[in-house]
Amino acid sequence: MTKDIVCGMEIETPSAFKSTFQEEVFEFCSEKCKNEFDADPEKFVPREHKSEATYQITSNGVEKLELPIIDMSCASCAVTIEKEIRKLPGIQKAAVNGATEKAYVEFDRSETSVTQIIDAIKKSGYKAGYAKLRLGIRGMHCNSCVSQIERELSKTSGVLSASIDLGTEVALIKYLPAKTDLSSIKNIIERLGYKTFDSSTLSKSSETGESENKGKNKAGAENDSVDENQQAREKEYKSLLYKFIFAAVISVPVMIFSYPDFLRLPEQFQRGTDLLYWTWFSMGVVTLPVMFWAGSHFYTGAWSAFKNRSANMHTLIAVGITAAWLYSTIAVLFPEIFPTQALAEVFYDVTAVVVALVNLGLALEIKAKGRSSEAIKKLMGLQAKTARVVRNGKEIDIPVEEVVLDDIILVRPGEKIPVDGAIVEGSSAVDESMITGESIPTEKHIGDEVIGATINKTGSFKFKATKVGKDTALAQIVQMVEDAQSSKPPIQKIVDKVSGYFVPSVIILAILSFMVWYIIGPAPALIYALVVAVTVLIIACPCALGLATPISLMVGIGKGAENGILIRSGEALETAQKLDTIVLDKTGTITEGQPSLTDIIAINGFKEDDILNLSASVERASEHPLGEAIIKGAEDKGITLFEPNNFNAVPGHGVEAEVDGRKIMLGNIKMMRDNSIDVEDLENKSLKLADEGKTPMFVTVDGIAAGIVAVADTVKSDSKDAIAQLKKMGLEVVMITGDNLRTANAIAKQVGVDRVLAEVLPEDKAMNVQKLQSEGKIVAMVGDGINDAPALAQADIGLAIGTGTDVAIEASDITLIKGSLKGVVLAIQLSKATMRNIKQNLVGAFAYNTAGLPVAAGLLYPLFGILLSPLLAAAAMAFSSVTVVTNANRLRKFQPKFSNKS
Amino acid sequence: MSPNEIIVLIGGTSLIALVVWYFWFSSSEGTRIQSGTDGLQEALIKVKGGYSPSVIVVEAGKPVKLNFLREETAACSEHVIFPDFGKQATLTPNRTIPIEFTPDTPGEYEFQCAMGMLRGKLIVE
Repeated sequence: MTKDIVCGMEIETPSAFKSTFQEEVFEFCSEKCKNEFDADPEKFVPREHKSEATYQITSNGVEKLELPIIDMSCASCAVTIEKEIRKLPGIQKAAVNGATEKAYVEFDRSETSVTQIIDAIKKSGYKAGYAKLRLGIRGMHCNSCVSQIERELSKTSGVLSASIDLGTEVALIKYLPAKTDLSSIKNIIERLGYKTFDSSTLSKSSETGESENKGKNKAGAENDSVDENQQAREKEYKSLLYKFIFAAVISVPVMIFSYPDFLRLPEQFQRGTDLLYWTWFSMGVVTLPVMFWAGSHFYTGAWSAFKNRSANMHTLIAVGITAAWLYSTIAVLFPEIFPTQALAEVFYDVTAVVVALVNLGLALEIKAKGRSSEAIKKLMGLQAKTARVVRNGKEIDIPVEEVVLDDIILVRPGEKIPVDGAIVEGSSAVDESMITGESIPTEKHIGDEVIGATINKTGSFKFKATKVGKDTALAQIVQMVEDAQSSKPPIQKIVDKVSGYFVPSVIILAILSFMVWYIIGPAPALIYALVVAVTVLIIACPCALGLATPISLMVGIGKGAENGILIRSGEALETAQKLDTIVLDKTGTITEGQPSLTDIIAINGFKEDDILNLSASVERASEHPLGEAIIKGAEDKGITLFEPNNFNAVPGHGVEAEVDGRKIMLGNIKMMRDNSIDVEDLENKSLKLADEGKTPMFVTVDGIAAGIVAVADTVKSDSKDAIAQLKKMGLEVVMITGDNLRTANAIAKQVGVDRVLAEVLPEDKAMNVQKLQSEGKIVAMVGDGINDAPALAQADIGLAIGTGTDVAIEASDITLIKGSLKGVVLAIQLSKATMRNIKQNLVGAFAYNTAGLPVAAGLLYPLFGILLSPLLAAAAMAFSSVTVVTNANRLRKFQPKFSNKS
Repeated sequence: MSPNEIIVLIGGTSLIALVVWYFWFSSSEGTRIQSGTDGLQEALIKVKGGYSPSVIVVEAGKPVKLNFLREETAACSEHVIFPDFGKQATLTPNRTIPIEFTPDTPGEYEFQCAMGMLRGKLIVE
């Protein structure tokens, strides 16, 4: 298969339609494509700058532009982009090539600009390739300096846009790398009399068009957009704050003159005076900018929702403040239409104060929400920026996005490891706390896996990149956390149903209240009816309801990621707190999963070290995992091993070889008997070891019993604590294993597990989980995610113990990056804390709305004479959603508990 | 009952009827997406106080690419979520952010902002 570079279609090769250009053969799907290619081959195969944008101005003023386009996945995209570009004025020619992923545009610069073309490409859903440059500029004092530099830069050919922030003294310049470069841009600025400095990084943005980087620059792009999102949030916060201040400043006089009799204002401001009339009139005028500038988002939001036949908080506020303003204005302009003077009342204060308070509430909410998403931001920020790669024997620093598989990367002490890989030279201790939550640095030697974004502590080492870009553990974690934060726990589905009906119901309630108060309420009925209706509209807070679950979920799941616990979905989080049984796989979950040397017994005058030395030397010729454990045990003691000769393995019995001139046998009791060796009381000792779950091996030297070496899969150091904690939390702990009952019981006794399912074949594990479920229990299965995948999937919650950098384990609902069982405890505690928080939020939000609405509607008035002021309602509404976010943020203080109380 | 009261009674009742009809019983026509030659169904959705178009009709079994363009900074619309597909995106203002997935089962799937204030619907046929 090959690709037709004209239309981008995949075609069979060899094709009937061929053409040669620049000593290269191109094949096409049809005669038409071939002709098109032959007419202008350079359109499809540019001679140089294959991946970069080019740009030239022809003599007749028409500019030719060639822009790389990112993420073009199909040929039909080309048509979409072309269409969008042709909509611009002054475009003479626009062709987008699906195969080379480039746009060729000829245009008249007097009518359109490069930026507009790039925007058009963006509008059609794609990105144009260009380089982005952040440059610090010193010596600017005012806005005119800024515009001078901006003007000068945008006149430079190759510069697409330049925007300068005077406050931070940073210029953001987009340019075509083929046309200009950093030093010439610097020159231009310096020629104007300003100084430039590198503002942290010179980075090609996500939008650079190098196709080799495609996909790999995702992490970089994310960082970039995190910043942009942060900026957008910051901007929104500031704008809301300004709007609040503006509305608040107007509110004060408006409020004072709205209650002349209540506030005992001087005589000349009392009702009926001309002065008060004109004051009211000007109040009506000054509240207009409050509504249409400070409160503009209520109207635009309400209108967009209305067009979509839905309603939201903006609808309620917009209707409320408009009603108050309209009534007041009619009262001022046409007081004569009211039957009594008492009805010609103004409520401009409601309009101004509501806008001020709700804006303040929204601003505070943005601040609080920023803190809620801190965890994921922290994760994204972990990504290293550069890597020191050894290429062609030279060490070069390159951006992390350019690291490719199998690159050899050098890491010095104190540096961040850029991508995932395996150590090929050197060793060190690595702080992996940011990924696994494990605070003690991990020793790493040749062959060990290192995880990107962790920090090298002590030694220098070289490692080979095994995962880059979006495949790294960090990128996967970020992806999983984001996905989980967007999922919904079942509890939210009910809330969603309610909130779909909520706002229209509130509008109906407001209309009903108006009718009831108007018809049977006390005089002045119209005033009461209006105040009550407006209060109902304003007190309702659909935001608090909608926010309750997602915000807690975001904090909870983020908190989990901080501690090395990846929760796949909101549903998993909700189920995890309802568990009553935990099934633990033995090998690799409770235990380390690898045998290690545990005991050496020496008899007949042999020394322990000699026995270890001889048996380990024999095992050098074997490849058995038990043998490896013995060799490792000897190496750990610093023993130098001999070379074995005449090695012989007796299947089912043991091994024998000549070591250091002596004949050594290493095997089970059968081997001893077959060779008629008197093992004396070693047999009893071996039985005792076997009862402890260990595997004993007899050692003979030149036909004489010398002792026993025993190996066992050792229990992880914190398994016992974790299991005790799980039991304290009221959970039944079950161990499942394929081992024989004796070994299984020995381990179970060590860690305090009561119920053991032994001799279970791997394929039967899922069935055993199902059996437990049929006892009516909600079961969690903890396993390694590979052999245990069916059981993990069968369980209500599958928890996979992470193995190195594989974090996205398909079958699991929760992945524990750190191999410790304490993660299970933590996951359950976190799930409980998060669900508790969600419930608090939901109860709070529901209670607020169900209690607030009837009071606002005046239900308490007939009994106690209590009627809510719309101003109070606005304050309550504005702060109820802030309260929800603040409560969710309490979860950030969640600490795992390993104390006596559960 | 005074004439005014009767007017309020009738006016209010009809207003309520209007609200009920408009928000719950009327339905707007969905925007049908044409799929490209290779089956990709692609659409641009503008986000400003709401999604437009907000009802999108696609065919089942073919990949869908929805390009979201957020034309505001209001915090409400920062995230868009497709809970049924487990997809979400953070919408950077004035940037086109694509969401891609393939709906296999026909049905109606809601999408919304993080708080559920803005809503849209994906109809898979």
